[in-house]
This record gives sequence, structure tokens and C-alpha cells, in this order.
Amino acid sequence: MLRSVRDYFNSLLLVELFKGLQLTGAYLFKRKFTVQYPEEKIPVSPRFRGLHALRRYPNGEERCIACKLCEAVCPALAITIEAEPRADGSRRTTRYEIDLFKCIYCGFCEESCPVDSIVETSIYEYHFEQLGDNVMTKEKLLAIGDQYEAEIAEARLKDAPYR
Amino acid sequence: MELWSLLPVPVQSLIATVLIILPLLGVVAWYTYAERKVIGYMQVRIGPNRVGWRGLLQPIADALKLMMKEIIIPTQANKQLFLIAPMISIIPALAAWAVIPFDAGLVLADINAGLLYVLAMTSLGVYGVIIAGWASNSKYAFLGSLRAAAQIVAYEIAMGFALVGVLVAAGSLNFSAIVMAQQGGVWHWFWLPLLPLFGVYYISGVAETNRAPFDVAEGESEIVAGFHVEYSGMAFAIFFLAEYANMVLIAMLTTLMFFGGWLSPFQGIPVLESLFAGVPGIIWLLIKTFFFMFTFLWLRATFPRYRYDQIMRLGWKVFIPITIVWILVVALAVVFEVSPWWSATA
Repeated sequence: MLRSVRDYFNSLLLVELFKGLQLTGAYLFKRKFTVQYPEEKIPVSPRFRGLHALRRYPNGEERCIACKLCEAVCPALAITIEAEPRADGSRRTTRYEIDLFKCIYCGFCEESCPVDSIVETSIYEYHFEQLGDNVMTKEKLLAIGDQYEAEIAEARLKDAPYR
Repeated sequence: MELWSLLPVPVQSLIATVLIILPLLGVVAWYTYAERKVIGYMQVRIGPNRVGWRGLLQPIADALKLMMKEIIIPTQANKQLFLIAPMISIIPALAAWAVIPFDAGLVLADINAGLLYVLAMTSLGVYGVIIAGWASNSKYAFLGSLRAAAQIVAYEIAMGFALVGVLVAAGSLNFSAIVMAQQGGVWHWFWLPLLPLFGVYYISGVAETNRAPFDVAEGESEIVAGFHVEYSGMAFAIFFLAEYANMVLIAMLTTLMFFGGWLSPFQGIPVLESLFAGVPGIIWLLIKTFFFMFTFLWLRATFPRYRYDQIMRLGWKVFIPITIVWILVVALAVVFEVSPWWSATA
């Protein structure tokens, strides 16, 4: 009885509603922590899995030996590899393509690679302007590897103690 | 001043109208910006900040975008009504400003039945919503307009009764007279003796303008955008302007009828009164109005949408009884000249 009378006056006097207003009113003055994206960026972990790259040894020889482990492990079937013996007799890929529309950025290709050739860099700002650009060819992957080798090596080094 | 009185009366009215409408449209434009900023801040975001300093030019960018967009008229729509509907929404929203006094004597049309005129104008706005929903020939628009019609009719009554209370208390339908009846500082303003009516009036005002938490007519999560789903470009912008102009109007009316209009809140307080004596009345009026405009945004940032039957229950079974009872209380208070509000001198 007493309780229902109290509830009646609480709802008539909008008690709960004023509590809600008080809460949002307090949030009006709270510190805002929005990151102004193109100008400000949040730090990226060395484990970040972004755009792919194919690496080379310091002497310029490509690492990939066309073992096709990455192709086999890829859960999205995004990797396509064709291989032939090169003129010097070593086994090399003639075609190494990753379809980025299929790729789920799981990082299994990097995990499976016995020679640390295919890696996922921390590049996350890229786009395609034409259909077909989404397929990363061997040349494009190697070019990314060449351009960002320093960053890639640094990220691997930082993560090494935890692996 | 000499020159002013030399001008023919229609020219005088025209200039005065422009002087009211242009600042009003500016306030409406930046009110949309303020809404996005305030709600953003309450949600621990920072809101628009890209166009101009702190996003201050955002309304201009929005206006340009809307003006350049195509006005799509659905093939099955009733073309005449479809295009007339936005005009019917905005004209009463702007016309109501004719009787609003901004300071003592600073009013475009000082008519005796000002309160009645405003009530009529705010009620007319609903036709824009109904016609828009009907002419669109879309089920969502139609549902939205039906909801809006029922809701506005329901709350119009509560609102009307609340205004009857003000009328009884002030003894006049003229806005200047209503404000002057509240002379004597914060405690003499009508919000205190008419507190329940003030609450009912402001909440009904929120419901009348179809604002959250009473925005079932738009209800973007159920009926997309309600009555204006089929509108685009400037036609949509007009509805948008009308909604915000109505919000400013409700805030202004609340100030005039319950918070002493242009009167200083320090009247009758010894030191402060003389200290703030130089502040023009219009500043007080604007401060109070901006506070109620802010409250509109605050409510929207805080409350979830009411269920439709709850809106109807609140309007018919709560607000109308409260107002009827309080009108009786006010009438008795006036008859028995309860001080300090209705002492024999008034």
C-alpha cells in the first residue's frame, strides 16, 4: 500500500526521469577522447595483420620457395600459387596471388611460412579503384616487401621474444 | 525614428517581419548544429568539427547539400498536395512569431487574442504532417502521419488547458499583458504558482513538435522516417526547418508564459537588481529561451522513445486531469487573491 503510493508519486513527479537527465547532464562535461583519425592515429601492435607483403633476403634473393604451405593453410582459399624450377634449378613461384576480397587477414599464411617470406604488414590504409586491383600479384607483393622491409623486420624483432 | 514613422505602414511591417524571420532562421540553422554538438557531448563524442572552426559552418554545408539535391516526387503521389505540405508546416511555425513580444512594446502585432492566435497557428502545423503523409502514397508515411495526428490532437487539449491556467492567472490573452502580470522577480513568475501546468505545457510542447521521446511520428527504427520518408532535398529541409522553428517557438512561449518573458530575474532583490538594471530585456528573454531550447536537446539525448499507447495514456489520463484540477486551484487562488501572486493591488 505504502509502496504503491510512493511509486505513484515517484512517477508523477518524474523522479526517475530527472535522475536520467542528471546522468546525461554530467556526461556533457566529461572529457572526450575521440581520436581525430586522419590527423591522429592510435598506436599499432607489432602483431597487427594488415596488407600482405613478400620479403627478400638481404642479398636480394626472394625468400619464397613455393612450398605452397600458405596456399594449403589459407582458410579462405585466397592464395593461388604456380611454381616451376628456375633457370638455376631452384624452385620458385611463377605466380603468387592473394585475392584481398577473399582474405580474412587471419595470419595463417605468415604462421605457416617456413622461410618468413609471406608476411602481413601493419599497413591498413589502402583501397582499390578498379575491379581486379584487389588481386595482389607477386610483383605488387614483392614491391611492398621491398618498400617496407625495415618496418617489417622491426615488427618481427619486437614480437620475437613472445613467440 | 523620424524616418521610421515616415515610412508607410506596410513597409514598416515588412521590415519588422524580415527582422524577426532572418534571425529566427539563423537560430534554427545553428540549433541543428547545437543539437548535434550537445547530443554528441552527452554521448562522450565531440560532434561535427570539420566544417569551419569547431564545425560552426556545418549548417551552411548542410543547407548547400540539401539545396543541390533533387526533389523526388513519387509517381503515385499527389503532386500538388505533396509540394504544398511542407509549406503548410512552415508557414504557421513562422507566422506564430508575429505576436511574440521580445521586450516591452517590441512586438510586431500587439493583438489582444495573442495566446489564441498562437494556439491556432501551432495546431495548423499538424495539417502539413497529415497532408505530407497522405500525399506521399506510402504506408510508412501514412502511418507516421496518422500517429502524428492522433498525438497532436491528444496533446493539444492538455496544452490548451495549461494555457487556460495562464489565462486565468494573468487575466489576459495578450502576451505583453501576460508577461507584465508576472512582475516582481523569480518567485512571481507563473512557473511557481502554475508548476503542474508548466510541466504539462512543456512536455506537451515536446509532444506537439514530435520530438524525442515523443517522436513516434518519425520513429526511424519502426517506420523509417514517418511522414517525410518520401521527401528529399529542399522539400525535406522545409519540414526540418518547421520542426526546429516550432521547437524554438515552444521554448519562447514557455519563457513568456511561465518564466517572465523579458523580465529580469533579479527584480526585488536589493543589490542585484540595480547591478543588472542595464541589461536589456531581450537578453533575459533569449537566455531563458536558449535554456528551454537546450532542454529539448537534453531530453532527446536522455530518454528512449515512448510506446504509442503510453503516449496516449499520458496525454489523456494523466495530463488532462492534472490540468483540470490545477485550473480549479488557480481560479480559487485568483478569486481569494492569494499573495504574493494575486494580491489586491494587481
